[in-house]
Amino acid sequence: MHWSRTRLAAVVAVAALVLAACGGNDNASSGGSSGSANEIKVFAAASLTAAFNELGQQYTSANGGTKVTFNFAGSQALATQIQQGAPADVFASADTTNMDKVRDLVGTPQSFASNLLQIVVEKGNPKGVKGLDDLANPDLKVVLAAPDVPAGKYAQQALEKARVTVRPVSQEDNVKAVVSKVSLGEADAGIVYVTDVTAGGGKVEGVDIPEDQNVTATYPIATVKASKTQDKAQAFMDMVLSPEGQQVLKEFGFLPPPTT
Amino acid sequence: MTAAVRRRRAGSPSGPRSRAGVPFLLLVPAGLAVGFLAVPLLGLLEETAWRDLPTELTSPIVLQALRLSLVCSVGAVAVSVVLGVPLAFLLARVEFPGRNLVRALTTLPMVFPPVVGGVALLLAFGRRGLVGQWLDRAFGITLPFTTAGAILAEAFVAMPFLVITCEAGLRAMDRRYEDAAATLGAGRWTTLRRVTLPLVAPSLGAGMALCWARALGEFGATITFAGNLPGVTQTMPLAVYIALETDLEAAIALSLVLLAVSLAVLIALRDRWFPSASA
Repeated sequence: MHWSRTRLAAVVAVAALVLAACGGNDNASSGGSSGSANEIKVFAAASLTAAFNELGQQYTSANGGTKVTFNFAGSQALATQIQQGAPADVFASADTTNMDKVRDLVGTPQSFASNLLQIVVEKGNPKGVKGLDDLANPDLKVVLAAPDVPAGKYAQQALEKARVTVRPVSQEDNVKAVVSKVSLGEADAGIVYVTDVTAGGGKVEGVDIPEDQNVTATYPIATVKASKTQDKAQAFMDMVLSPEGQQVLKEFGFLPPPTT
Repeated sequence: MTAAVRRRRAGSPSGPRSRAGVPFLLLVPAGLAVGFLAVPLLGLLEETAWRDLPTELTSPIVLQALRLSLVCSVGAVAVSVVLGVPLAFLLARVEFPGRNLVRALTTLPMVFPPVVGGVALLLAFGRRGLVGQWLDRAFGITLPFTTAGAILAEAFVAMPFLVITCEAGLRAMDRRYEDAAATLGAGRWTTLRRVTLPLVAPSLGAGMALCWARALGEFGATITFAGNLPGVTQTMPLAVYIALETDLEAAIALSLVLLAVSLAVLIALRDRWFPSASA
């Protein structure tokens, strides 16, 4: 290759910049330096993104500036990460299955919210989707979350209840990716949580799934035993379960946890 | 990327240096580098459940992903050869305004995060994209969520490796052979076919190998642009990623296959494509 040293240096510099820019997005609310004792790491289901970002800000201002760093992803991915020793302090899952997977590594889980499913379509519903039956139409590009992702598992349960067979064009790794495929116009419809449609902003809208076909997702939260800041982790969990925390979740469209 | 070419050019006059010439201080970091690169592979081998491996490897999901990965990576190399070799030729041989800009553009996918590449592909070739909406309207073709889309995503990230390697080969070539062919009455096309292409064949081969390896390992652009559906767009790296979240043993088995395939190619083609590496 006939690149001069300066040009090579320029390419390396550009690459470094791009990498740095990407890295910056991962820390939702931490100011960059991580690993300090004045910080907790919360691993939370992707569907909790907007609500937990808000809760994290409230937690920081109520707890003398203790930062909350979030790792939002599909609950199945988070459970695997915790099993492999990722440094989590709190785990909030979108289903009990994935919480059970890490049963030995966490404290006693408590349900803090529930959620219902909705069909997400593009704004204005150009394909006129009215219910789950319509998703069987082969001309419709339907995207679901992968069967191992809680949202994908719940969607499958809803489709079984409605006795509808859907051939999805893609099985996304987390529920937010389903919404983004629809808001980009690549897919015509998907099955997601009600809260994801709300968080999806103006580009998408929801089509209700009747109660007899719908599935209730239950969200458990627990502190991670390996956490070095147990008290702060417990404080975050308490806050989510407190009336104030529940109010925030309600504002983002979550339902109260099922009463047992 | 063009290590083979560079090594050959630099290597032939001076030859390999004797061991006495290596400063002792370099040995420690060099040893650490070897360890750093080798330990993850050992970890993979150590964690493998060898007894269950045959069952894991013959499961439909693995076979499907393997077949799809072969189809997509070979397809991506084919696209890269058809489009990339002429581009390399142009970059190496023709002075035109904006050539440096074109070269920079060609190498951009090498430095850009593949996920960003996937987003860019969506905005270009997606159903609402710049080119994609026209493809959809005129021919009813949509690329996302199709195997063709996965090939496109792989070609986007892998083609630069072929172009750069091939261009370097063309530049390093002794052009007197072409001049001689021309003096002997060969036309441009004949010269290209009978003289130039055989002479750059080693670079072309090395470029294809790098391009293929990059395509085989492609993850970010594929999952972003083409999505994830077993048998259609779920290539080996995607299958590894998805399996990792639920079934660690399947993920390790899949990783092992990718490792074995990569090693096999490297070993089989080493003497042919990297001739000076052993000199």
